[in-house]
Amino acid sequence: MEVDDLYQDILLDHFKHPRHFQPLADGEVLVDEENPTCGDHIRLTARVENGRIADVRFDGKGCAISLASASMMSERMPGLTPDEARRRIADYVAFMRGEKELDEGTLGDLAALAGVRQFPLRVKCATMSWHAMDKALKKLGV
Amino acid sequence: MSNTSSSSPPPLVPPVACVCNEQVGAGPFDPRRLRQDFPILALTVHGDKTLAYLDNAATTQKPASVVCVLCEYYQACNANVHRSIHYLGEQATQRFEEARKKIQRFIGAPSERSVIFTRGTTESINVVASAWGRRSLKPGDEIVLTGMEHHSNLVPWQLVAKETGARLKFVPVLDDGTLDLEAYERLLKGRVRMAAFTHISNVLGTVNPVKRMTALAHAAGALVLVDAAQSVPNRPVSVTDLDCDFLAFSGHKMLGPTGIGVLYGRLEVLERMEPFLTGGEMISRVTLEDSTWADLPQKFEAGTPHVSGAIGLGVAVDYLQRVGMETIRDYDERLARYAIGRLEQIPGVRIFGRAPERSGAVSFEVEGVHPHDLAQFIDRDGIAIRAGHLCAQPLMKRLGVPAVSRASVYFYNLEEELDRLAQSILKAKEFFRHGS
Repeated sequence: MEVDDLYQDILLDHFKHPRHFQPLADGEVLVDEENPTCGDHIRLTARVENGRIADVRFDGKGCAISLASASMMSERMPGLTPDEARRRIADYVAFMRGEKELDEGTLGDLAALAGVRQFPLRVKCATMSWHAMDKALKKLGV
Repeated sequence: MSNTSSSSPPPLVPPVACVCNEQVGAGPFDPRRLRQDFPILALTVHGDKTLAYLDNAATTQKPASVVCVLCEYYQACNANVHRSIHYLGEQATQRFEEARKKIQRFIGAPSERSVIFTRGTTESINVVASAWGRRSLKPGDEIVLTGMEHHSNLVPWQLVAKETGARLKFVPVLDDGTLDLEAYERLLKGRVRMAAFTHISNVLGTVNPVKRMTALAHAAGALVLVDAAQSVPNRPVSVTDLDCDFLAFSGHKMLGPTGIGVLYGRLEVLERMEPFLTGGEMISRVTLEDSTWADLPQKFEAGTPHVSGAIGLGVAVDYLQRVGMETIRDYDERLARYAIGRLEQIPGVRIFGRAPERSGAVSFEVEGVHPHDLAQFIDRDGIAIRAGHLCAQPLMKRLGVPAVSRASVYFYNLEEELDRLAQSILKAKEFFRHGS
C-alpha cells in the first residue's frame, strides 16, 4: 500500500478544508475528546430539531485522518434521527475495526478512510470524532 | 546454523553457537563498518527503501552477538538458576552471575550485590517508589522530580505520594530545555526525602548535571534516584562518580534484549528496604506463618529471572565497551547537531531543546503536519522516527504542543540517513500543505 492510498485526495481535501469546523464558544461545547496517545483534541457541538440532527460543528487539533474523519462525520449527521445516527456510527466504527464491511453506497466518500484499516495504530484517529458524536447525542438526551 | 539435509537424523548434541564474526574492535571507529554487525540495518522496507532507523531512544537494534547468544543459551545452556544442581543449572547460574559482574563493572558499582535485574527502567523505579517509598515516606515529606520526566519516573511517585501523604515538587524546565537549577536548590530547602530525576531527557536530549544535583540533594538529606535509561546506553556512567543512591536503566535501549533492565542501589539503602515482589528465589527461610528474605541481590529478584536476557545484556555491554562509551557519546552528539542543522534549513521546522550538552535525541515539529502524519508519511521512504507525546505529557504541555516528532541517532547511524530524513520531511510538508 502506498502512502497516497492512505492519504487520498478526498481525505486531504477534508483535512485542508474541514467542513463545519469553526472555533466553538466554551458554553456550547457538548463533548471534549482527547486521544492521549497522540494528543489529538476535538470539541464538538450538535443540535437536534424536530427529532432530527440539525447541525454538527467542531473545532480542535489533530492529524489529517482525525480531522478529515470529523469533517466527513459532520456532513453525514444532519438530517438523521438520533437512532439513525447511532446506527451509522456503530456501522462506521465496526467498519474501521475491520469487523464489518459496508457497501460503496453506504460508504460514499468515507471509502477514502478505508486505507486506515490497515494501520491499527491509526484507527483511533479515524473513530474519535464519531465516538464524540455518540456521546453528544447522549448528552442531549435524545 | 546447521546445514543438515532432511534425510540425516537430528543431532544429539545441541548445535554449537553461531560464530558471529563481528566487525567491532577490528579497527578504528567506523560506523559504516559496524553496521555490518547489525543485520537488521540492511533491511529494505516498503519494497526497495533502505531502512533508516532513527528511533534509537525508543529502542536500539541488536548486534549479531547479542542475537546469537540468546539462541545459543536456549540450545546449549538453558536451566533455572540458583537452584538446579546439575550441569546445565550450574552453567546457567554462572553465566547469569557473570553478566551481573559485567554490568557492575560497566556502571562502576562497588559490589555485584548492588546490581538487581529487573524488567527495565520502569520496573526499577517502581521497586524504589514502592519498596522504599511506602515504608519510608510520611505525610508532609517531599519528593522532588522535574518537569521533564518520562511517565515512568512520575507515575510511580504520584501513586506512592497518594498512599503516604507525601508531596511532589517539580523543578521547572527553562525555555532552552535545561532545568531551573536555582529553583531546584530552593525546592531542596523543604522536607525533601527523595530527589528523582532523569540524566537525559528522552524528548529534549538535555544532559542534566546529575552529579551536582545529587550532591545538592544529599546535602539536603535526601536520597537520589537517577533515571539513566537515556544515558547509560551512550556515555560513560559511573554510580561511584555520580554518588547516587539508585540508578535505573533498560537493556533494550543499549543493544540488549527487551524485558531485562537494571536497578543499581546503594548497599546500605537496599539492605534496609523490604522486598518489592515476593515468592520464590527471594526468600531465605519460609514457614507457613512467616518468611525471611534472601541476601542481596536475590531479595529483589523474586521468581525465575530473565536469564537469557541478562546474559544477552552482558554481551551487549561487551559490544559497547569495544566501541567505547566516549566514542559513542561524541559521535551521537555530533550526529544530533548535524540533524538539527539539516532540519533547521526547512522552513516551518521548530526544534525543541537547546541545551549546551545533548544526546542523540532531537525532537521537532513541522508546521502544518501532525507528527503522526509525518511519521506515517516518511515511513514510506523507509525512515523510522517516533511521533507522539513520547511518554512525557507534562513536558508536551510545557512546550505548548500536543505531540512532537523525534529522530534519535546511535553510533551506527550515518549523516546520509539524516539527509534522507530532511528530504522526506520536505516532501511531507508539500503533501500536507494547508490551503493548497
